[in-house]
Parts: sequence; structure tokens; C-alpha cells
Amino acid sequence: MFLFVVRRLFFAVVLLLAVSVFTYLLFALLPTDPAALSCGIHCKPETVLANRIRLGYDKPILEQYWHFLRGIFVGRDYGFGQTAFSCPAPSLGYSFNQHACVTALIGETFPVTAFLAIGAFVLWMIIGIGVGAIAALNKGKWQDRFATGFAAVGVSLPTFYIGLLVLFSVVIWFQILPFPSYESPLDNFSAFITAMILPWLVLAVLSAASYTRLTRNGMLEAMNEDFVRLGVAKGLRLRVILSRYVMRQALIPIVTIAGLDFAGLLGGAIITESVFSLPGMGRMSIRAVVDSDLPVLVGTTMVAAVFIVLANVIVDITYGFLDPRVRVS
Amino acid sequence: MSNTAAPVLSVQNLRVSFDTQDGTVRAVDDISFDVYAGETICIVGESGSGKSVMAGSIMRLNNSSTATTEGKILVNGIDVLTASEEEVRGIRGSEVAMIFQDPMSALNPYFTIGKQIAEAYVVHHPGASKREVHDVVLAMMIKVGIPSPEKRIDEYPHQFSGGMRQRIVIAIALVNNPKILIADEPTTALDVTVQAQILDLMMSLQKEFGMTIILITHDLGVVAEVAQDVIVMYAGHIVEQSHVDALFHSPTHPYSWGLLGSVASYGANKRGDLYTISGSPPSLISLPAGCAFHPRCVHSKGSGNACMTVQPKLRDVGTDGSRSACHLTDDVLISIGRGSDRS
Repeated sequence: MFLFVVRRLFFAVVLLLAVSVFTYLLFALLPTDPAALSCGIHCKPETVLANRIRLGYDKPILEQYWHFLRGIFVGRDYGFGQTAFSCPAPSLGYSFNQHACVTALIGETFPVTAFLAIGAFVLWMIIGIGVGAIAALNKGKWQDRFATGFAAVGVSLPTFYIGLLVLFSVVIWFQILPFPSYESPLDNFSAFITAMILPWLVLAVLSAASYTRLTRNGMLEAMNEDFVRLGVAKGLRLRVILSRYVMRQALIPIVTIAGLDFAGLLGGAIITESVFSLPGMGRMSIRAVVDSDLPVLVGTTMVAAVFIVLANVIVDITYGFLDPRVRVS
Repeated sequence: MSNTAAPVLSVQNLRVSFDTQDGTVRAVDDISFDVYAGETICIVGESGSGKSVMAGSIMRLNNSSTATTEGKILVNGIDVLTASEEEVRGIRGSEVAMIFQDPMSALNPYFTIGKQIAEAYVVHHPGASKREVHDVVLAMMIKVGIPSPEKRIDEYPHQFSGGMRQRIVIAIALVNNPKILIADEPTTALDVTVQAQILDLMMSLQKEFGMTIILITHDLGVVAEVAQDVIVMYAGHIVEQSHVDALFHSPTHPYSWGLLGSVASYGANKRGDLYTISGSPPSLISLPAGCAFHPRCVHSKGSGNACMTVQPKLRDVGTDGSRSACHLTDDVLISIGRGSDRS
């Protein structure tokens, strides 16, 4: 088991290196000149040149990549003399558009994304598994038909549509909630909740749909297993059979997909954050694309990649705990 | 059958049907029989003749949302079919236990086998201490012949072979010393070499525990070896119920004649060909009128129209306690049954 974890972690690092190479290649492939973007349209050529040298874009791409990679571990210094400044480790570069270290920018926006992801995740797991279980236990009855319908609708509706619809109806037409304006939960908790409740619900209800389907089908499949029949024949209570026999089996695929979905959300819920104007990492990424703010784009991509690769490792390890048959001896 | 004591299990007019999209499947249709303490009764019949459904209803294991069950099943004087969920749970595993056909899928893959045997014991002995449970589980594993049980108690089902898994299923079934053990084709999924071991184990444990065994099988060799009474089922009905010797020496139903004729070493004619029953079992959604077996029965022409219109009732035939559901007269049934060429 230990060796298995070590091996998985090693490959995770290799994978992340590969991701960093490909994202960094953006600098070489895109026709935009990062130095020119750093000081607007009416920039003098000598300023552009000075900026290029200051930010290190005059060096060959491989050397630039090396400085980027080194910066993650030891931090990075820019410029010389009076204009010198530095981004401490782990440095993911410097945004010439926003005049800030990328790591600091991510540090500001990531908590918003994390709060959004955690809240939505908890809600959608409860709704998804709950509705799925009710459907499986009432197969063929109205509860089941309702749940199946909910799953079909939820899976097929896009976030931007439902998000806007909810925003318009709740905030503008019925005026139940004020227009969401994000505040840190440490500063103003009730404002935080008011701002987050709609994005949480929209994200949760839409994602819950596929979990409802997974739970329902997984449970129904498990209920037909011989070992569940043996559990009943032992004289066990229904509650015990459902938790130890049926859910235990149905949970395995759910854990796999939940891990990856959650990691994906941590990389930024681009659409939800944009619709509800939450200052999260997803909205920052999309703005970076529009502004050709390449360092920010590389930084957020790396952070998202780390979460997804890490989630894969964690899911693999959890899988071993959940199913003794895949445990590596 | 000449037993005067009360039966441990009494099945009375049991009917089980399932509602499907194609229509109502009458899996078990008006079955009655009694089982007495300590005996071994075999239920034989083709696949789809209702054996397993019938066995499942003794513990009320059939899916209640699609199955309709009528009649009475008395275990210890309690009617399993109308008892409360709590009462039925008290019977399951404690009074009546069950062994399933496929040991590869009958064990929970996510828990150690020690936990699974313990679980069966603890549910009916809620006050048992950990030490006691552990000892009971180990003793049970030794009884069913699992080598080095101290080591294997913490292993998972996938680490055991099919035969060993069936031994564990037997351990789970017997850990509460049940009065009745239902074995639903317990050897069908096993290697031929292991089949005999598992049967021997069941028979020796029956002597030790003194339980009644209801063995569902389509292996007539097994029937000849272990049964006292035999019930032959066809399309949800009992067509013959006899003592095992009577069944093999003078079967009293045309379907039994066909079954016995299709066994190698038993029914081969002088050229060595085996007898086959022509046709295939009827659909349980639309059974033929009259005797369900008549379209495949070579004797159905001999008794007028009764076979096509009237469903035969199970009745005593001869003096050896055999019961048969056939319109042929007793004399004909006995003389053909005793003959060497029944087909």
C-alpha cells in the first residue's frame, strides 16, 4: 500500500511537470508580446524594451521556463536597482496587467472559489445521494419518476441559463435577495451567506442530478446482488442492509466521480462565478484570457492541474480502502 | 410421511405470482407440503419450474413490490407470509437458514469473512461479548473445514476459492443452529470434485445439528444419495411427491418418467441413447389449459380430454405413500412406472 502511494505520487509529479511545460508553451505560441501588453497601447518602444528585460521576456523560451519553474520553489526577483521587486516562493510569475504577483492574486481569489466549491459540494452530495436513494427505495412509484425527471432536467440544463434565470427571478423580479455582492465570511458572515446561497444552490442542484442517477442505479443494481439477499436471509435489519451492503457498493463509483468533480470545481467554477459576479479564480482566469494576461493564466491552470492530479491520487487510494479487491498487496 | 409429530414446516396452498410488463407470471401455483424434523427433502424440476421462488417465499425473500404471495407457510406455528417484519427477521437465519447457488456472489465483497459470520450470529445474539463471538466464528470455521481459521478469519471473500466460499456460506447458515436449512442448488456452481465434498459436509453437519434440509437440485444423482422424500415440480405445480426409493423404482408421473429416463446410467436404452422430453417447458405467463405437462406428455391421448381441460389434483397412488398429479388411473401409473421402458 505504501509503495503504491509513493509510486502514484511520483507519477503525479511527472504529470504536473508535463502540464507546466505545455501551459508555459502558451508564451511561445501566442502572437501577443507580453512586454507590449504591460504598458498599454500608447507605450514608447523603449519602455516596452525595458519592461521586456525587467520581466525576463528577452531570454530564450527554455530559459524563461526554467526561471518560472525555479520561482515556484525559491521565489523570483524582477528588474534591477530602483525598480527591482520580487515575488516570494512559491512564485507563479508576475502579472504585468494587474501589477501583482500571480501567487498573491490566486491567494485573494482562491478562498472565494474554495467556499463556493465546498458549499456546493456538500449540498449536491446530500441532495444527489438523498434523492437517488429515495428513488431506488421507491422504484417505479411517483418518487422515482420525480427523481428520474429531476435528473434528466438537471443534466440537460446549462449552468449559465439556470444561473441567469435564478438571478433574474429571485433578485430582480421577486426581490427576495439583494444583488449578490461577495464579502469574506470573516468580515460579514450574513452578507457572505446571502451572496453565496444562489450560486451554491444552482451549482448543487445541477450537479446533484448526475449523482441522483448514479445513486439510484448503483443501489438498484446492488439490491439484486446475491450477497444482499444473503444479508436479508441472515435476519439483518433493513437499515443495516442498506448501509453495509447496498450503499457500500453503490458508493464506490460515486466517490470516484465526486473526487474529480470537486477538484475540477476548485480550479474555478468559471460560469457560476461569472454569472453571480463572485471574485473567484474562475472569473479571474476568464478575465486573464480576455486581457491576454498570460502569467495569470499559466498560474491558474497550474493550480487547477494540481487539484485534479491530487484528486486522482486520493481517489485511487480511497478506492483501495473501499474495495478490498483492488487493494495492492 | 407416516410421522405423527407436528411438521417443522408446513406449506399450504402457496401461490406466488409476479407482475411483469408481459403479464402475470405464475411461478408457484397452489403448492402444499409438510416437512418433518430431521428429514431431508429434495425438490427437483427444470429451471423455471418454481423451485427457487418457492424456497425464497419460505423466508419471505421475494421482492414484495412485484410478487404477490397467497397461502400459508407455517414455521413454528407462525405464518411467515402474514407475520410482522420483526417476527420474520427473528425466523430468518435463526429458525430457517439458506445456502445460495453461487458462492462467488453470495458473500459481501467488502467485509472479512470473519465479520460476515459474526454478523449472522450477533443479529440473533445481541448480548454476546466480542470474545464469545470470536470463539463461535472460529469454531464454525473449523466445523465447515476451513484450514488455519485463525489466519483466514481476517481475509476477504475474493481470497477464497469457490468451494471454500460455499463452506463459509454454510458456516453463516448454521451459526445459529437453525431447524431448517434450505439449500438452493448448493453445488451447481462448483467444480465436480468439490461438489461431493460440500454435500458430504452438509450431510455430516445435519447429523451433528439435527436440522431439516430442503435441498433444491436438478441433479438426480444427488437426490438418490441424500433424500428421503422427493418433490417433483413442473411449471409451478407439484406433479409428484414420493419417498426416494419409490420415486426411483416406481415413479408415478409421466414427467418423472421422463426425468429419470434422461439420466445417464439410468435411462439409457439398449443402444445407449438417452431419453429426452420433447418440447420445452411452457411459458408461466400463459400455461396450457388442463395439465400443464400435457403438450409434452406421450400418454395424454390415453385419458380422453381430461388432460387438456382439467388440472389434475395431487392424490395418493398405490400403497407406498406416493402422490401424483396425473389423470391416468392408478393401475396404469403403477404398471408403467414399474416397467423398464417407461417412455
